Amino acid sequence: MLESFIVPLLAATVQSGTPILYATLGEILTEKGGILNLGVEGMMSMAAFVAFAVAYTTGNPWLAFICGGLAGTVMAMLHGFVCITCLGNQVVSGLALTILGVGLCNFLGTPFIGLAAPGFSKFAVPVLSSIPYLGKIFFRQDALVYFCYFIPFIFMIFMNRTRLGIAITAVGEKPGAAAAAGLKAVKLRWMALLGGGFLIGLGGAYLSLAYTHLWANGLAGGRGWIAVALVIFAFWRPGRAVFGAYLFGGVMAFQLRLQAIGTHIPSSLLLMLPYALTILVLIFSAVRGRGGNAPSHLGINIEPEG
Amino acid sequence: MLGYRLQKRDEPWSWGAPIIVVGALVLSLGISALLLKLQGKSAVEGLFVLWQGSFGASWALEDALLKSIPIFLCALGVATAFRMQVWNIGAEGQFALGAIGATWAALNFPDLPGYLLMPLMFFSAAVFGGFWAYIPAILRLKLKVNEIISTLMLNYIAILLLEYLVFGVWKDPKSYGFPVTPEFTGGAVIGQIGDSRLHWGFVVCIGAGLGMWAFMRFTRLGFDIKVAGEGQRVAMYSRLPYGKLTILVMAISGALAGWAGCIETSAVVNRLQPSIMVGYGYTAIVVAWLARLHPLYIAISAYLLAALRVGVENMQLELQIPAAFGSIMEGLILMSVLAGQMLVTYKIRRKK
Repeated sequence: MLESFIVPLLAATVQSGTPILYATLGEILTEKGGILNLGVEGMMSMAAFVAFAVAYTTGNPWLAFICGGLAGTVMAMLHGFVCITCLGNQVVSGLALTILGVGLCNFLGTPFIGLAAPGFSKFAVPVLSSIPYLGKIFFRQDALVYFCYFIPFIFMIFMNRTRLGIAITAVGEKPGAAAAAGLKAVKLRWMALLGGGFLIGLGGAYLSLAYTHLWANGLAGGRGWIAVALVIFAFWRPGRAVFGAYLFGGVMAFQLRLQAIGTHIPSSLLLMLPYALTILVLIFSAVRGRGGNAPSHLGINIEPEG
Repeated sequence: MLGYRLQKRDEPWSWGAPIIVVGALVLSLGISALLLKLQGKSAVEGLFVLWQGSFGASWALEDALLKSIPIFLCALGVATAFRMQVWNIGAEGQFALGAIGATWAALNFPDLPGYLLMPLMFFSAAVFGGFWAYIPAILRLKLKVNEIISTLMLNYIAILLLEYLVFGVWKDPKSYGFPVTPEFTGGAVIGQIGDSRLHWGFVVCIGAGLGMWAFMRFTRLGFDIKVAGEGQRVAMYSRLPYGKLTILVMAISGALAGWAGCIETSAVVNRLQPSIMVGYGYTAIVVAWLARLHPLYIAISAYLLAALRVGVENMQLELQIPAAFGSIMEGLILMSVLAGQMLVTYKIRRKK
């Protein structure tokens, strides 16, 4: 049981949690700066497509991965233009971005359906992979998963220990005070938004480069929205985001395994699991009462003077 | 930035709104034409086929009118919730639940005469749709659960629930394995008006539109909702029952989307099947925002976006352009309107 079911399940958990983790961290960075970006689903879709198309045409998965991130940044730029430059409503702009991104991905992706592109494959890390159980779970993955192990730490150091990270947090909390203290509030918001967009894009790229090597429309499948919910669950902290992302990865992996084994439970009910869990997780965070941890200026535009 | 700055207008730009919407439409058409070009299709031909399908023939006009019925009802509901700054993104799921509710009535009481069965179907559609909207409303009130995410997740769940039903307990044994319920008969079918292809659901639409308009304009409750829309604190100072109003707008919102689902199943496909879920609930958000939440403008923009859908279907048929082209346009229109809205309150001035 342990060897044949639980260890492979946990290994699959790490894999399917990874794209969600990239996206959740990206959205935390965005929201820390005070911008609410509900376009994550659209950005991940678009990034998945761009990464796939680049990998397919150039054959270089690393380049494709970076391009996926850049696609996220470009999408974030649209959101920034509407919300930061034109002071548009952040909620509606994010929704529009999702509609646009999913549409673009399906439109541009249609000719690629069923094609395969070179992506990342799994390899064992020497020494570490021979640790009993843990080695199989954590160290027989692809390079992007290993890369993802470091990001939460870098993220934490960046937010708490660097001048830039602290400045971004200040702008998300009190842009007026931050500006009075000599920080360039609008510029910092842009940086958080674009940087966050890049991370979200990396999450999307993971889907088409490592999670699957075949192109299919609708790859994001609600993961973007789960990431948005996980930000709340994580109380805007990277450490808890890791836990949340792997929790969802676990549910998704578990649901797929059950389908593969062939149970009597109809697949439509199994597929509901992650979505139902998202609501449960939000209820749980609400009961713990830490919604107050949100950046206090989240979702509110900075009005120009004069 | 770039040598320009924003300056607040003394008065809002009165002609701004229509000019911005038209500008947004033109811009979105331009960008989508570019996309066609990138895909190696002729942009001129594409836009011509789009126009042909949207406004160019009497069948197109009729098709658009038919499609605008569910979009209008969903948008009317969404707008009611948005009016109070309750972000109901769940019209799609509430639509599905309405369809399920109507089907439940139609399958369980097939022998009732139409004048009893039809009200029952509409009633159960409203209850099912309203219930689906009640869940996020109560979660938001009691636990401050973000309704944007909860309504969205409930959309996914609702669609899967619909699939579960038509693949399972409600599946027609005579359907050769297709996931559809048995066909509705007699009293469960909403009929055509005269010889036209238009059905009586259209009249329901007009009634609902007028009803909501009158409700918001002439009743105390409607006024309260508008006041509460200024924010929870305003509502508190005006001694309004913010919680009850939130539940009310969500229930109305869900019930209207539920009706849309009921009409779509009963009048258009005559049975429940997964293909009724084509994203009307999401289009409704675009419609409501374009119309700035006003019922009359909602009617106009519902028709416009329905026509766009028909046009895109025509492009799909004639030029093999993926249906996703429609969502691209919807997203572009909404984003450019949002960006343009700034011009109503601000002027762009050159920096001195």
